[in-house]
Amino acid sequence: MKSYPVNGRFGEFGGQFVPETLVPALQELESAYLRWKSDAGFRAELDGMLREYAGRPTPLYFARNLTKRAGGAMIFLKREDLLHGGAHKINNTLGQGLLAKRMGKQRVIAETGAGQHGVATAIACAALGLKAEVYMGSVDIERQKLNAYRMELMGAELHSVTAGSRTLKDAINEALRDWATNISTTYYLIGSVVGPHPYPVIVRDFQSVIGKEIRDQMRRREGRLPDAVVACVGGGSNAMGSFHEFVEKRGVKLVGVEAGGAGRGRNAASLAEGRKGVLHGMLTYVLEDEDGQIRETQSVSAGLDYPGVGPEHSYLKERGRATYVTVRDKDALRAFHLLAEVEGILPALESAHAVAHAVKMARSMKKEQSIVVTLSGRGDKDVQIVAKEAGLEI
Amino acid sequence: MSEISKAFAGLAGSEGALVTYIMGGDPDPDTCSKVIDAVVAGGADIIELGIPFSDPIADGKSIQAAAVRALSAGTTPRRVLELAKNAKEKHHVPVALMTYFNIFYSQGFENFLRLAKSHSVDGIIVPDLPLDEASRYARISRRMGVDNILLAAPTTSAGRMRMLASNTSGFLYLVSVLGVTGARQSLRRSTLALIAFAHRYTQGRVPLAVGFGISAPEHVREVIEAGADGVIVGSSIVDRVADYRENKSKVLQNLEEYVRSLKAATRG
Repeated sequence: MKSYPVNGRFGEFGGQFVPETLVPALQELESAYLRWKSDAGFRAELDGMLREYAGRPTPLYFARNLTKRAGGAMIFLKREDLLHGGAHKINNTLGQGLLAKRMGKQRVIAETGAGQHGVATAIACAALGLKAEVYMGSVDIERQKLNAYRMELMGAELHSVTAGSRTLKDAINEALRDWATNISTTYYLIGSVVGPHPYPVIVRDFQSVIGKEIRDQMRRREGRLPDAVVACVGGGSNAMGSFHEFVEKRGVKLVGVEAGGAGRGRNAASLAEGRKGVLHGMLTYVLEDEDGQIRETQSVSAGLDYPGVGPEHSYLKERGRATYVTVRDKDALRAFHLLAEVEGILPALESAHAVAHAVKMARSMKKEQSIVVTLSGRGDKDVQIVAKEAGLEI
Repeated sequence: MSEISKAFAGLAGSEGALVTYIMGGDPDPDTCSKVIDAVVAGGADIIELGIPFSDPIADGKSIQAAAVRALSAGTTPRRVLELAKNAKEKHHVPVALMTYFNIFYSQGFENFLRLAKSHSVDGIIVPDLPLDEASRYARISRRMGVDNILLAAPTTSAGRMRMLASNTSGFLYLVSVLGVTGARQSLRRSTLALIAFAHRYTQGRVPLAVGFGISAPEHVREVIEAGADGVIVGSSIVDRVADYRENKSKVLQNLEEYVRSLKAATRG
């Protein structure tokens, strides 16, 4: 499988379905990216920031108690939750932030759902001396107040988006509009493997450090690659970053876990229940009604609450290279509690979806087999939601 | 020659075409047909009829709000096509559909275009289908005889402007400013320079119509004098329709007068 998309496409997925105004900017971005990505100075600066500032490499932890509880394959946790900012998002924001600087753009805009990408953008921009402005749906601001305030503390300007469903998709719409208006001064820092080409490639490449470390750490510890890699999928950046290294390695099963919400028709599972469509500049699986209007989504986790998915995931699904499953809100919440109780780790509700499915998978696998679950973020931001679901007020 | 090309060709020497944008089904489908009547009575040469989409990334607040009103009133793409057909039968005015690509793609591009054609649609304007993606579908629209009206922008290079001018049909839609649709107070000097630049590539080849931000008769005059063959007015029409619920009969009458003042300005 081609790892760099031909004509901006992974198979039929991807592309550049954007207004003409943005086309030259995407071309400029692609040529800048291709120039800098293999530049030794750029790599060294990024690797240095990832190591000394963000906290890479992250540990690969053998979750002994969780493994015992599941009663099957060994479960390892890739601890992206231990990164600065509390999520994998910083791998990408540092990379793109450095790229923005190389391109001479001083103003950075970003969209955010749960707020993790907004926080990671605020962090990277503060550290790199860039001005950050973040679009966030007003519904998401309400359910992720803490993250909204964290961004402001780090100097980012927050724009509340009150259009449409007031969540991630509307924040992306608004960021695209801003970009078209301020194109010469502004870098649009997309937070997931979504959007028009070349964003899905850029974000994947900056996140692929996750999979590379998993490979090295598993080889060192177990002397072989894992049997399966499991990660949650909203837009799909932590999953793509975890999978990319293993796409050519047939023995490694790749499993993406989408938000099953409250069940059929009330979820954010674009790959499971969507159709091929065009949203935010890309052809991919989307949740839409019979007329092609994008549907509103539902999930306990704001970070997975998105009606599209990265085009490369659509491609991996179509090719049968990765499988995609759904986990419902209640099962993700149960996994959150389980991991907290047996391992002393509070996972982000997004990551809890992956944990839930890994436990289920492990049961039907042999003891000597191994599953790596990417713990994409930590759950401190979700404690209030979890308490509320448990009927508590804190 | 398509109906849209004919509308341009039929104008007197220095006269420009007035393209009026209306959001299909705004504020509701029945009222929308009265809105069409009013703009045609005011002198619109071409109707650009929007199909509301849930995620209109090229549109500013006015047209976003219009899409919300239309969708809340239960407007479907098929209902907008019926409006197009009725407008065509009643007024014989060319109609271009404006909507986002997913509305086409979800039904199959060819199927939807065939349906549009059977509803007398003359052209399509798809802001998120730029030249490179549109080229995959060009053959289909050509075969069906529906104009695929491409957009050019202030960021468009000379080489790309040349390609757009030779690939568009009906007219070339020049986006006059960076950003999204929406009425603006005044025209920028850069807009007039942009028109002159684009005109070099469209002259003798295809009509050039300018949109985004144009709201006053003075703008219309300046745009035509700068070399455009037509102007597209949208948000300021949609803003007037937005007042419909409060002030029914007045709104339609005012709209007709407003369009008449724009049309007068196209004649100098």
